[in-house]
Amino acid sequence: MSDRLAVRKTYKLYVDGAFPRSESGRTYEVHDARGAFLANAALASRKDARDAVVAARAAFGKWSRATAYNRGQVLYRVAEVMEGRHAQFCEEVAAGEGLSAGRARAVVDAAVDRWVWYAGWTDKLAAVLGSANPVAGPFFDFSLPEPSGVVAVLAPQRSSLLGLVSVLAPVLAGGNTAVVVTSRERPLPAVTLGEVLATSDVPGGVVNLLTGDAGEIGPWLAEHDDVDAIDLTGAPAGRALELERLAAGSIKRVLRPPAEEPDWTADPGTGRMTRFLETKTVWHPIGL
Amino acid sequence: MSQLFEYAPAPESRSIVDVAPSYGLFVDGEFVDGSGESMKTVNPATEEVLSEIAVGTEADVDRAVKAARRAFTRVWGPMRPADRGKYLFRIARILQERAREFAVLESLDNGKPIRESRDVDVPLAAAHFFYHAGWADKLGHAGLGPDPRPHGVAGQVIPWNFPLLMLAWKVAPALATGNTVVLKPAETTPLTALLFAEVCRQADLPPGVVNIVTGAGDTGRAVVEHEDVDKVAFTGSTEVGRSIARAVAGTRKVLTLELGGKAANIVFDDAPIDQAVEGIVRGIFFNQGHVCCAGSRLLVQESVHDEVIASLQRRIGSLRVGDPLDKNTDIGAINSADQLARIRELSDIGEAEGAHRWQPACELPDRGFWFPPTVFTDVSPAHRIARDEVFGPVLSVLTFRTPDEAVAKANNTTYGLSAGIWTEKGSRILAIADRLRAGVVWANTFNQFDPTSPFGGYKQSGYGREGGRHGLAAYLKESS
Amino acid sequence: MTHVLDPGTLEAGTRPAPGSGAPFDDVTRSDAALRAFLHGLPGVDQVGAEQRAATLGTRSIKTTAKAWAIDTAISMVDLTTLEGADTPGKVRSLAAKARRPDPADPTAPAVAAVCVYGDLAGVAVEALEGSGVHVAAVATAFPSSRASREVKLADVRDAVGNGADEIDMVIDRGAFLSGRYLEVFEEIVAVRQECGDAHLKVILETGELFTYDNARRASWLAMLAGADFVKTSTGKISPAATLPVCLVMLEAVRDFRAATGRQVGVKPAGGIRTTKDAVKHLVLVNETVGADWLSPDWFRFGASSLLNDLLLQRQKLRTGHYSGPDHVSID
Repeated sequence: MSDRLAVRKTYKLYVDGAFPRSESGRTYEVHDARGAFLANAALASRKDARDAVVAARAAFGKWSRATAYNRGQVLYRVAEVMEGRHAQFCEEVAAGEGLSAGRARAVVDAAVDRWVWYAGWTDKLAAVLGSANPVAGPFFDFSLPEPSGVVAVLAPQRSSLLGLVSVLAPVLAGGNTAVVVTSRERPLPAVTLGEVLATSDVPGGVVNLLTGDAGEIGPWLAEHDDVDAIDLTGAPAGRALELERLAAGSIKRVLRPPAEEPDWTADPGTGRMTRFLETKTVWHPIGL
Repeated sequence: MSQLFEYAPAPESRSIVDVAPSYGLFVDGEFVDGSGESMKTVNPATEEVLSEIAVGTEADVDRAVKAARRAFTRVWGPMRPADRGKYLFRIARILQERAREFAVLESLDNGKPIRESRDVDVPLAAAHFFYHAGWADKLGHAGLGPDPRPHGVAGQVIPWNFPLLMLAWKVAPALATGNTVVLKPAETTPLTALLFAEVCRQADLPPGVVNIVTGAGDTGRAVVEHEDVDKVAFTGSTEVGRSIARAVAGTRKVLTLELGGKAANIVFDDAPIDQAVEGIVRGIFFNQGHVCCAGSRLLVQESVHDEVIASLQRRIGSLRVGDPLDKNTDIGAINSADQLARIRELSDIGEAEGAHRWQPACELPDRGFWFPPTVFTDVSPAHRIARDEVFGPVLSVLTFRTPDEAVAKANNTTYGLSAGIWTEKGSRILAIADRLRAGVVWANTFNQFDPTSPFGGYKQSGYGREGGRHGLAAYLKESS
Repeated sequence: MTHVLDPGTLEAGTRPAPGSGAPFDDVTRSDAALRAFLHGLPGVDQVGAEQRAATLGTRSIKTTAKAWAIDTAISMVDLTTLEGADTPGKVRSLAAKARRPDPADPTAPAVAAVCVYGDLAGVAVEALEGSGVHVAAVATAFPSSRASREVKLADVRDAVGNGADEIDMVIDRGAFLSGRYLEVFEEIVAVRQECGDAHLKVILETGELFTYDNARRASWLAMLAGADFVKTSTGKISPAATLPVCLVMLEAVRDFRAATGRQVGVKPAGGIRTTKDAVKHLVLVNETVGADWLSPDWFRFGASSLLNDLLLQRQKLRTGHYSGPDHVSID
């Protein structure tokens, strides 16, 4: 053991590719699973959410029109960079979720592998979900999946890394940009993930991570007219109905929360990607 | 010796349809009385009352849902998929056999020209059943897992602009996938749905598989909010769509919405101009503009603006407005007094805001609800007529100079249902189509529909698709 | 790109003389200019054009409108015989029918013209004297147009000399398809001069031009060169007249008049055999270019068997019952 005094990390938000403090100046204490102080995290405000939506909207055009191959490489790069920070993630997950070192390692492994899995999906989606439609007329008619736009994600409250990656990566794979409200009690892995994203070719604004309270920020995002979809997976208990009603105002695509937080190690399937995809159908005459 | 070629009236015979003086609700395979105070459905072209229509109350809807649940549990759910398909094939055939009857009835009740009900609505409705019939025993190939399951009872609420066709878009996929149905037709256009009930009986469809509960907004609300409905599908206004989304929030109900639109129809300077003009006309005047995907915003490149508008006005001058049952009518009646009032209001606002209104000289009948084809030029993106869905034969013309500007203006709407692109340059079509935030993009054509082709919106035009393999997803639970 | 309907292309106050495409004189100055102009015309989307024609084909023309349409169609017929086996006797019998199509009914109008090979034009002129029925002769090495310029012009000269007051020439499709537009243009101009007072119909043979884009370009080419009519086909090639190709040509004459002030006629020929087909064409004229073209001066049907079907339908309308082939004369 070294007797060197450690340099502690400041945990900040990740918005538009930068690491600001909350505009509100608020922070809150984060504790480990046994209640010991870990750090002060930024307590994001509705204005931080507003800025994050602006950033996500601005980033949407380029990210959604990047080639699927390019998006796949970027997501794979996230896995690579995450792997390099493996130990740090293990520590944070172990502390925050109260896991043994071995369990934490398994969780981080699974999180890295999830990025790899979704990285491989980007250039398969159109083939699997698209179609050429045999219309009864002289037209070539085809349908392709396209991203819904800006997706607000209320990340799982318990699984602070694997759960987070499991809800974020499918949103990105389809070409959406994301505004994520992290687990309130376990935000630290999310901030570290932000640092990974910032250094792994993910353009600024594509992912925005807000540490804080989904119960406070969630309604602002659910009601925001420039948010196209919302994932309520991590909605605080009893708040999902209110959030879904707010989301109805701008006809958002809503992913309802599961009855209880799922086993994130299970095969994710394609459902989380398809939930945030639109289908565009194009008609063109066939003639000489 | 040139002279005008006046077409003599060519009315389709009304005698082929037998409209009863009154209709009940179709529940559990029988026509039954409704508990509410009945309503009247009128012919919008003459304001003549066509029939008295039962109004379903919550109790009636409850009976219908119970019948649908029973049919789902006991008959339709357990049925061999191939047999479900055969029932749908039967329905498709009966629709074809009785096509003329349906066409006349649709034009009577809705006001649309018989040419359209005969050549578009009814054939497409039959095609929709034929297409989905084939899916019934092939659902494992739909990309939703090896054994996708139906939700159960589908509550469906449809609009008045394509009464039979929207019924087909809703009922055919629901039945093919093994769901049973409680359908609420639009208040002003219930007749073809009630004739469809008779088709279900002719096809020997088991009682309760299709239930049709007529009525207005309250009846629709009762369908949507009934707690034993598993799946809600709605086509109509964005405003009602919002309230439905609120109503199903927090429930287990699965929801798809097909809502309003304000589609841009983009004409570049290298477009095939004559076909573009046809496409503009088809885009906005088809079905009196009562089309959610209507090309209601014409975006025309400045360099060809005058030429396109001149051609368009000349072409509009040849449109024949009048008796929906005349086989030569191009534009029929506005569906209701309410809708006519809205069209008038928005047009007046357009003029008041400074846009220039143009209408061809055309004589409109004295009785009934009519609005002439209308073009607004000098429209700014800030004008109400450039933003609000008019849902009538009213075109707003805006201009652009560059492709980027065209895309920006096209996407500058809260809607995202459809769009049109007119250019002879293929690579430009694909580039623009890629950047338009709209569910259906018609390139060098407009308002084409097909059961194999997924239809539905982006943004506030709704979610979910109807038609094609994608449309099945709305009625199935994915299996793993 | 320049669009033909750009208001700027029309100089204010100029009203070009007939036979001249005045605002466009400079486009025929060189092969390159002509090519640039013709390829700068708006394209034709095949599916859209065919859909439009098909929709117009569903118009329902009944009772009084049908009676008017039938008589109008009869008056627009260029009653045609173009067989190797044609004889003076055959032409004379055709002329008799042209004067009085329905022997039993003097109210049936005469046809517009009799159309024959140039060597028989004199026979037709004689037989039709005083009737007002025109004599049209096909020329320029009909139907192939495969001959030297001199031979083609001599062909025209001969027909005009025999008294034909309408010349139906064929364009050189080979030259057109290989892009030698100016050559085609100059040939039409030369024929035009040879015609003197005779009206010139220019047969595009659209069945050999294959695309609607080409049909539109060839129409413009012919009009620029001074055609009085553009005509679809020789009748020797299939497809001949179709509704969509007629639509495209009508759009061309409409646009040409808008741009130059000069009106050009249209003649679909070949394949129009029934009253239904003829009425569909009249609807097409009515709704594409309007009443200005609804006269034999501006619209013709090149046909032979069509006339008898028009007459049978006419009898049906008048008597209320169906008739049969023995109630009209064979040609």
